[in-house]
Amino acid sequence: MKNFSGNILFLDRSDINTDEIIPAKYLTAISKDALKPHLLEDIRLDGFDPQKDIKGKNVIITRTNFGCGSSREHAPWALEVNDIHLVIAKSFARIFRQNMFNNGMMAVGLPSHVIEDIFSMFKGKNTKLETDLDKNTFLLKTNGQEQEVPFSISEFDHALVAAGGWLEYADAKY
Amino acid sequence: MGKTIAEKIFDSHRVDNPADDILVLKLDAVFCHEITTPFAIDDLVSRGKDRVFDPAKIKAVIDHVSPAKDSNTATQGKIIREWAIHHKIHDFFDIGRNGVCHVIFPEKGFVRPGYTVIMGDSHTCTHGAFGAFAPGVGTTDLEVGILKGVCAFHYPRTIKVNITGKTPDGVFAKDIILSVIMRLGVNGATNKIIEFTGPVVDKMSMEARMTLCNMAVEAGGTCGICYPDMTTVDYLWEFIQDEYENKTAALESFKKIISDPDAIYDDVVEHDITRLAPQVTFGYRPDNVKPVKEMEGTTIDQVYIGSCTNGRIEDLRVAAKVLKGKKINDNVRAIVSPATQKIHHQSLKEGILEIFMDAGFCVTNPTCGACLGMSNGVLAKGEVCASTTNRNFNGRMGKGGMVHLMSPATAAATAIAGYITNSQLYTNERYTK
Repeated sequence: MKNFSGNILFLDRSDINTDEIIPAKYLTAISKDALKPHLLEDIRLDGFDPQKDIKGKNVIITRTNFGCGSSREHAPWALEVNDIHLVIAKSFARIFRQNMFNNGMMAVGLPSHVIEDIFSMFKGKNTKLETDLDKNTFLLKTNGQEQEVPFSISEFDHALVAAGGWLEYADAKY
Repeated sequence: MGKTIAEKIFDSHRVDNPADDILVLKLDAVFCHEITTPFAIDDLVSRGKDRVFDPAKIKAVIDHVSPAKDSNTATQGKIIREWAIHHKIHDFFDIGRNGVCHVIFPEKGFVRPGYTVIMGDSHTCTHGAFGAFAPGVGTTDLEVGILKGVCAFHYPRTIKVNITGKTPDGVFAKDIILSVIMRLGVNGATNKIIEFTGPVVDKMSMEARMTLCNMAVEAGGTCGICYPDMTTVDYLWEFIQDEYENKTAALESFKKIISDPDAIYDDVVEHDITRLAPQVTFGYRPDNVKPVKEMEGTTIDQVYIGSCTNGRIEDLRVAAKVLKGKKINDNVRAIVSPATQKIHHQSLKEGILEIFMDAGFCVTNPTCGACLGMSNGVLAKGEVCASTTNRNFNGRMGKGGMVHLMSPATAAATAIAGYITNSQLYTNERYTK
């Protein structure tokens, strides 16, 4: 099973599309590793520097409709090769969300007010997140502050994460 | 309780119900192109599972970068070409016989009412025009589809968009779908199917219905879907005539899958287009839409007519009608990409390409190229493109470029003017309605 804990990268915007996560010109890459330096290269986000701000981060927290647009699985792969296996948002585009779980990664939706609270409490601070998949909780920690956040994903999503992805799951079953 | 068309398709294709509201469906067709398929092929090979569930149900094309522009894209083409040959996938379309996937596959009669179709491409939703469930998927879903012929989905929820009224002059399917996206928002239909119904849809050609369904994903929709009718039967007849006694029999059979009158919808949207004017996007989201009149005068550098949204023969005819006998503005460069070899050929025969060339357009071979900034018309930083494509995302047609989405008629008029404007062919009446 993949690692779902680590430092948080806050992307304070809605509707971040997969062209922004990984531009189409890199879709000619023959290996997933070739995507690594280009993650979020074209994102429109004031003050964000992909060269500096991605390094050492393992979890993304963002707003609504993350991963909209193109179906390219290069988007989750670009996250994966940068050791980011968990994205938390108010909502996701369908294909992106499915692509994450199909790779044994997680795209977890939280209620709007919870995301708002997380942004107001932790954005701009070095924050760590620990995922407990048995209790279905995230624990967010920064200097002197701590917050436990419950989440829920479906039985099927849990099964895909445990199997390591849809191919592993489907190959054993169908 | 009644069922929607999507629910009926799910019921008839159900293989498993592994959890919650997840259904695993049997697939009638798996479409492949050279950008998202090679990773699936490589992964299957590396796992020792280089097999296909049914070579007759797999269709493949090279379209995104065609012809190859460099070693990497040549390699992507080589991987899918050799794989198609190896697995006896007879419906493989290489350059010279190819076309943009969502235009060529319907043109070949590969999509039928009631089908389940997947492809590693978000605009697979186009094929819902035939009354099929046709969602775009990622490479892993595609890979499992190729290997096992199945795919998992949440049980469908549907928004019905009932399009009514009289279609004003100069308003086309593209203007209608842009206005629907504006109304629903970019995530207004996320995890839902958009069922397009109503007298306006009933009167639409299959080409126009494909334009409509093509952009369902820009409202977050899993796919668009139209009811099969006699227009559908007429379009498919050359491919299905051996299967049915006559067209009426085919229609009777297809009609069984259309939604019941008491089907349950998440939402029903009444969309009257009587007062709709031609539409154009601004900004970086496909729901940033306003009437062309409000953007009038915005100067542009490039015009692009083509893509899975608007590269069909009907689209080229409309643009040519506007362009006939005129020249594009000196400060503009314009590109037209007929979406398939057949459309290219037909537009040549009809004299349409001559009109484009006389006007000063560059005519390219069929490819997706410019739409996603991969080849054949990439923008430089700061450049503006009037485009008949489907996405105005930041950098979509080239880093630092700006894209305004519009109909082929508006794009042609814009090429002549050098700034965003309405088609002069259509009267000013539309502004006063």
